[in-house]
Amino acid sequence: MTRIRWTAAALLLLAILGITGCTALEQVAKVGTSVAKTTGVVTDDQAKSITKVTTAVAKSFEEITPEQEYYIGRSVGAVLVNKYMPYPNGPANDYLNVLGQTLAQASDRPETFGGYHFLVLDSPEINAFAAPGGLIFVSRGMLRCCRSEDAVAAVLAHEIAHIQLRHGLQAIDKSRVTEALTTLGAEGAKSLGGQKLADLTKVFEGSISDVTSTLVNNGYSRSFEREADAAAVKILTRVGYDPNGLVAMLTEMEKNLKPGGLDFAKTHPPPRSRIEDIERLQTGGKALTEVPARQARFRKGLGNI
Amino acid sequence: MRRNSAVLLVCLALLGVSANIEGGGKAMSVQVKQGQVRATPSFLGKVLATLAYGDRVETLEEKDGWIRIVPPGGKAPGWMHTSALSEKRIVLKAGAKEADVAASTGELALAGKGFNADVEAAFKSRNRDIDFTWIDRMQNMSVPPDKILSFVQEGKLIPAGGGGR
Repeated sequence: MTRIRWTAAALLLLAILGITGCTALEQVAKVGTSVAKTTGVVTDDQAKSITKVTTAVAKSFEEITPEQEYYIGRSVGAVLVNKYMPYPNGPANDYLNVLGQTLAQASDRPETFGGYHFLVLDSPEINAFAAPGGLIFVSRGMLRCCRSEDAVAAVLAHEIAHIQLRHGLQAIDKSRVTEALTTLGAEGAKSLGGQKLADLTKVFEGSISDVTSTLVNNGYSRSFEREADAAAVKILTRVGYDPNGLVAMLTEMEKNLKPGGLDFAKTHPPPRSRIEDIERLQTGGKALTEVPARQARFRKGLGNI
Repeated sequence: MRRNSAVLLVCLALLGVSANIEGGGKAMSVQVKQGQVRATPSFLGKVLATLAYGDRVETLEEKDGWIRIVPPGGKAPGWMHTSALSEKRIVLKAGAKEADVAASTGELALAGKGFNADVEAAFKSRNRDIDFTWIDRMQNMSVPPDKILSFVQEGKLIPAGGGGR
């Protein structure tokens, strides 16, 4: 009898864990919980807390629609471009966009509300940023750490992974998301009036500042960076790039990062530890293969970066 | 005995829910600005139609992250990537009733509400030093599909089946 009880509980848990997507998760948790409750597998209190926890998750950043993510990303991007300045070099930006689009199409989230777009920043610092929704920025300093197309692909794939995993949105303070959704609930029917628009703009401003300060100053958690590196390896492999390009780029970055620098030295785990994590994901440490056609266009696009 | 049927019930209920999520024959909404319908489940597939944000489509089958759909107005079916579609109904012009449902159940998404063009305009007027010129320029940078195809071929890369799931 106890065994059956456990089996049912385990089944419930497996079903909850096995289905991704928070709406689905919430549905499953509700149905599963109510069934389990009536059959006595979980107590009333436990049932309440399962439903409550999953609902809380679903009501957080997941509720931000791709359309709203697009507007958040535009403003985050604008703040970044104004801080670091664009590098308006046609061939370099064209090259980055063709390469980036090719990679984005192979990601788990190839389509976003406004699509993926790439821009070089005129900064010697070693930096790359992904604004929510698909705007990706890479500094000249970062591109100088890349010795091949495969290495540039690795940088872009890592940033695409942050967008795919919606890491930027998760930097927004949860209370702001709740506040925005409450305003939306109260005012959704009509267009926002003066005061409500002002309130929502303040929430928006706060959200932009949460995301940009995470990107520029604080960095993501170690686990987000690890997830992004793992997803990048997947994207690179699907497109046919050598995932060792990521290792090659990090090795070069390690040489160039200055201790105490305000760039990746501050916001990212040390390259060495990222390399160790990445190598655990792969079969072996073979040398980076060089494809002449890739090398030629890499030099043409970014040779003088 | 009663316990056994309880376990069975849990399984059946969960199966029912997942079948509803995975299977065809349901309606979904286009959640991107422009949703391309393709002849094959690939970004290299010929574009049959371009759908607008909020358009409702009927799903037929799912394959490797792509869904075969029937566009509105009974046009010829084609493939869209799952990331372009939402389970939620996207309401373009929400009334009070929809706003209420959206806030309480999360089954609806209200287009143009929340962080939108109006909020961006208000943000811009409060932060006049932040220039959006390059953001608008970036968003106009597009890469035609044949350019991606020749980039892939020239670089001896793998033509994209088009994303995972």
